[in-house]
Amino acid sequence: MDTLDLARWQFAITTVYHFFFVPVTISLVAITAGLQTAWVRTGKDKYLRLTKFYGKLFLINIAMGVVTGLVQEFQFGMNWSDYSRFVGDVFGAPLALEGLLAFFLESTFIGLWIFGWDRLPKKIHLACIWMVVLGSQLSAYFILAANSWMQNPVGFRYNAQRGRAELTDIGAVLTNKVVLVTYPHTIFAAFMVGGAFVAGVAIWHLVRRKGVDTDAFRTAMRLGAVVVIVAGAGVALSGDQQGKVMTEVQPMKMAAAEALYQTEKPASFSIFTIGTLDGSREIYSLKVPYLLSFLATGHFEDEVKGINSLQEAYEQLYGPGSYNPNIPLTYWTFRLMIGVGMASAAIAVWLLWTTRRGRAPAGWLAWVALPLPLLPLAANSFGWIFTETGRQPWLVFGLLPTASGISPGTTTSEVLTSLIGFTLLYGALAVVEVKLMFRAIRAGLDPVEPDDAPDQPDKPLSFAY
Amino acid sequence: MELTTIWFIVIAGLWVGYFVLEGFDFGVGILLRVLGRHEPERRAVITTIGPVWDGNEVWLIVAGGATFAAFPEWYATLFSGFYLPLFAILVALILRGVALEYRGKRDDLVWRSRMDTMITIGSVLPALLWGITFANLVRGVPIDSSHEFVGSLGSLLSPFALLGGVAFTAVFVAHGAIFLALKTTGELRQRANRFASLSGLAAAVLAVGFLAWAHGIRGDLASAVVAGVAAAALLAGLVANRFGREGWAFLGTAVAVALAVVSLFAAMFPDVMPSSLDPAWSLTTTNAASTPYTLKMLTIIAGIFTPLVLLYQGWTYWVFRKRITVEPVTVTPLSPPQPGPVS
Repeated sequence: MDTLDLARWQFAITTVYHFFFVPVTISLVAITAGLQTAWVRTGKDKYLRLTKFYGKLFLINIAMGVVTGLVQEFQFGMNWSDYSRFVGDVFGAPLALEGLLAFFLESTFIGLWIFGWDRLPKKIHLACIWMVVLGSQLSAYFILAANSWMQNPVGFRYNAQRGRAELTDIGAVLTNKVVLVTYPHTIFAAFMVGGAFVAGVAIWHLVRRKGVDTDAFRTAMRLGAVVVIVAGAGVALSGDQQGKVMTEVQPMKMAAAEALYQTEKPASFSIFTIGTLDGSREIYSLKVPYLLSFLATGHFEDEVKGINSLQEAYEQLYGPGSYNPNIPLTYWTFRLMIGVGMASAAIAVWLLWTTRRGRAPAGWLAWVALPLPLLPLAANSFGWIFTETGRQPWLVFGLLPTASGISPGTTTSEVLTSLIGFTLLYGALAVVEVKLMFRAIRAGLDPVEPDDAPDQPDKPLSFAY
Repeated sequence: MELTTIWFIVIAGLWVGYFVLEGFDFGVGILLRVLGRHEPERRAVITTIGPVWDGNEVWLIVAGGATFAAFPEWYATLFSGFYLPLFAILVALILRGVALEYRGKRDDLVWRSRMDTMITIGSVLPALLWGITFANLVRGVPIDSSHEFVGSLGSLLSPFALLGGVAFTAVFVAHGAIFLALKTTGELRQRANRFASLSGLAAAVLAVGFLAWAHGIRGDLASAVVAGVAAAALLAGLVANRFGREGWAFLGTAVAVALAVVSLFAAMFPDVMPSSLDPAWSLTTTNAASTPYTLKMLTIIAGIFTPLVLLYQGWTYWVFRKRITVEPVTVTPLSPPQPGPVS
């Protein structure tokens, strides 16, 4: 492996890992804020206890999101310095805005929320967690705008003398048609994870701790399931829009999603295919006619361009070379994303139905309740692996090949050191994090504390450190 | 004033904010096991920085992001050139962040003591490495005509750079000790106060030596005057500390850290990364900068939102302005009985 491969592996590992925590954070903070709002409005103890319980799980999770996010901010410069020089004028802006508008907001108000339970008036304290929600949404939007620019560069001109892309219209970057569909898709997908997490934890308690806080955990279970279903519908609708935009701006990615070598009109969608390893020849395939045409264009009869004809067109446009992404990888991640995501929503529907009107969840669910959120989480990862590898061989589509973005000065041993270092560290932290999560989940809901005077100065901060 | 100069000042300002704020929480982290003698004290020590350390660290992220946006060449050369030190800083900050957030999540002393060790290592290492990094920035590093760093790790570890590392660490320790004295009560406060006086003298000697050496390498009268005022502020802070006026003392060390960083940036200006091979190859505020359009857009947005950030971060410090008292806490000496699943 050379420096390029190592740097790509490092980016893949650190980013996929970082994004295990991001969807949980985005959704769990909003659900926690919702629970706290319910408590402030109704005064019911169960909402307060659920707020503190899920809030604690959220805090265990976001700690990992924050520290792994540091690496994200720095590794563009460390491993991808030529990329940074090329795109900094455009791509740096959303990153700087993310820091200034979102990260300050999130980190400051999380501190106020954790330590402010006894020091802030109820409503101000509630507002603090909503500020964290706002920060997480802004952060998602800016970073997705940056990523969308790599998928579909807009609002810039190429300066040949400096050899870089230069921003001409920040409005165009922030309203890129790709970010407008990617943002809702990502947020809905995140809520599928958070909903499944809330429901899964609640089911575990309902089954394993029968009779303990049943009312509160039933509320949580059904709330989580509803969140998964609503978010699942949002994911499907926004994903449909996204497919059409992708066909327009990155037709090769759409063709690669289907491993469609020859242009078809109308094009069918294969549920699965057995074929050669590079995906160029199929042995058996289960196909749904017309579906790909519809996914790609919104019309059942329309043409979908194949990989071969796109390859020819790209050679004309960009010169000789291969413009194919890793076809089996894009083909399968695309299917797994959709399949696993749909399975999650189906499970949530089944769960709501079987627990209707006070029915207890089935006993065997205890075994699968906690891994349940891993399904939508995996769908999130598959989606990102699809969209990022589907852009290859481009780093910035049509502008900068991935191989040209690497830091020319870094050595293989440097990149190998950091790759191994981060991988080992992340592996160890995953063990610590999961253990802590289980511990906090098993501990269950805390009893309600007596309502102290809010201004007692030295009350031990039981919720804090 | 030119936009590139404004953004040079903004970047310098972000680093000032980072080192003034995270400086004291690095110091508190380093002193955690020195000044906190048992669990209740350590818990009080941690609680002084608990609500704010994460917000403090965001100054670093924004400094990184703003450099990327305003000076892409600077961002690219600095982060790829200082690869291994930055890797070590990231590992240390990850360990530290996780340890700070997770230490209180379990009730046993073995766990907490392990987390405390990680907090200390995670505080001392970045302090040292940032000092080494900034010393190298001022000294100049081998940068070729295409803005690539062509040195080795060894070239970053000169005696001057090592002094920079030690001086940064010492100043942060004193800064942190004074913050602790300011934020605690009773015996812990007095211990922190005494330690601040002692470590402060060492910090002052190291800082004056480092700043003098730095200005021997680069800088002009103005930057040297700023460095002098920084040293004076540090001494004034120590005097205030001696009289138990910890608020004034903290102001003194905060101003000292701020002006020391300002003097380093001022010494470099208009370079942002001087080349030790050929001055013509140095990265400057103009050849490393983004386009005027980008800088103008960033200026407008930063102009609107920076005051807001300062306002709510300031409010946090106001909300948590009260001193932390050492409280007896209930912890089991070893791993607590597992609440485990009912089987």
